[in-house]
Amino acid sequence: MQALWLSFRLAATVSALLLLLATPLAWWLSQTRWRAKFLIESIVALPLVLPPTVLGFYLLVLFGARSPLGKLWTDLFGHPLAFTFTGLVFASILYSLPFAVQPLVAAFERVDPRLLDAAAVLGAGRWRAFREILLPLSVPGVVTALVLSFAHTLGEFGVVLMVGGDIPGVSRTVSIAIYDHVQALDYAAANRLALALLFIAFAVLCTVYALNRRVWSPWPARHAR
Amino acid sequence: MPAEISASNALLEARIVLRRAIASKFPSSAEFTLDVAFSAPAGFTILFGPSGAGKSTLLDCLAGLLRPQQARIAFANETWHDSAAGLFLPPQSRRVGYLFQSPALFPHRTVAENVAFGLHAMPSPERGAAVALLLESFRVSHLAARKPREISGGEAQRVALARALAPRPGVLLLDEPLKGLDAGLRAAILEDLRAWQRANPMPILYVTHQREEADALGERLIALENGRIAATGAPHEVLDAPRTQRLASAAGFENLFSAGVLELRAPDGVMRARISATQTELELPLGPLAHTKTGDAIRFAIRAGDILLAVQAPAGISARNILQGTLRSIEARGATVVCRVDAGAEFQVHVTPGAARTLGLYPGQSVWLVIKTHSCHLLA
Repeated sequence: MQALWLSFRLAATVSALLLLLATPLAWWLSQTRWRAKFLIESIVALPLVLPPTVLGFYLLVLFGARSPLGKLWTDLFGHPLAFTFTGLVFASILYSLPFAVQPLVAAFERVDPRLLDAAAVLGAGRWRAFREILLPLSVPGVVTALVLSFAHTLGEFGVVLMVGGDIPGVSRTVSIAIYDHVQALDYAAANRLALALLFIAFAVLCTVYALNRRVWSPWPARHAR
Repeated sequence: MPAEISASNALLEARIVLRRAIASKFPSSAEFTLDVAFSAPAGFTILFGPSGAGKSTLLDCLAGLLRPQQARIAFANETWHDSAAGLFLPPQSRRVGYLFQSPALFPHRTVAENVAFGLHAMPSPERGAAVALLLESFRVSHLAARKPREISGGEAQRVALARALAPRPGVLLLDEPLKGLDAGLRAAILEDLRAWQRANPMPILYVTHQREEADALGERLIALENGRIAATGAPHEVLDAPRTQRLASAAGFENLFSAGVLELRAPDGVMRARISATQTELELPLGPLAHTKTGDAIRFAIRAGDILLAVQAPAGISARNILQGTLRSIEARGATVVCRVDAGAEFQVHVTPGAARTLGLYPGQSVWLVIKTHSCHLLA
């Protein structure tokens, strides 16, 4: 139960922070005409194709006492970033970034640019146009981003194992706990947790696709009839 | 608060040079250049020209939605864009009303909320009253609580017009605002717009390629072609004597011909020319091409409605060009019957349904075309 609660706490924190981080990034990506935009897009999408252990390994190095960031963190807070809940949050934000950014970019790009032009001509600055026109018209994308980053964080294993270790109450998330149970040949306990995760993941995806299947979908686009 | 703009000083002046790469659907020219200079006083100024001439681009530059490389745009005593001085006001700081080809109403807001959007700075009770007044002016009060998807296209365009005028803009930009609406609705909205303009004089730039709209509204017309101003003047002056082929077809000249000059009769101000690849000869005015020589290749245009159709050889009339031909096809299009006549070259002739009935027109019939010299317009 502790593991399940920890996973929930992690996923909720990460998806909330991701929304704050990914929204301006997605807004910028959807508006910019900068030629090197593809570089940022590739960096954002990198966690999609990278083995989680690779990401976890570099984060572990980055969090370590020899890296400037790890050193700064230890100086400020008196303990290293690795093997802490905060460290897990950092790692998970990077790991789930594409799952938040891509649905948001897709939603922002679907809004008719003439609506934003109309808002500008009617005296609205960029911030007001974003708040009152773009964001309300992108609600399905925002919900999709939230739900997908929550679900993705809930299920991560490799990054958590590398960066978080396996500390009960701190970094032993559900997926790690399942692995531990299997290692201990406690299949019944593993099955209880696995079943819970399976159910949650299915419910989450049902929510997304019922809400709006065009915003983000691993399935090929279907032509409207 | 800027000083009150009166009709006398409400002059929009613009000099714009914009270059941009264009989409691959025009492989012949990789770059489009808009290069115009004009001024528009209070009243309607029609922007006329074929599609792709740069009309919408020009409006976007005036509104500040596009930033041309070189420009000086000023309205009354405000400068909106001065590229030499590095000054560029964003759209929200220019006082323009802009109606796009689509109404672009905010779909998540009601009609009243849409109209109120530009009155953000106004205190709430005043704002409600202003919105009510605008909705009434454009006869959409009954739609106030509806969402844009619940109203018709004509209603949406009226609401968009009310929304654009709500912040009391100094200049109104209208990009084919009546496209796709039926004639009755168009006339009604034009009348509302004219009434508004009488009460609130301001420069209105009105993009259209509908000749009737240009004639109905226009005090001044600017003909754009390929990013440049091809002609300016009163609508009938510019459109009745188009100087270029693309402008001619945009202005509704159905018959465009290439011809070779056979003979000049300078004292009469006319010439004879033969339509290329035919034996068809016509008398044409010398017009603006005073330096034309015999043997020159020229182009000219004739409006289909300016050609008379006769079923017997006409005699004793002043028109200098009488061509015999064969009626190839007859097609009714609303209040116009389109006849195609082979008289060496193919001519399109428009007659009324009544005339077509009285003459008893049928394909294959032998007919005569009567064309006045001055119905032939030479093109540059």
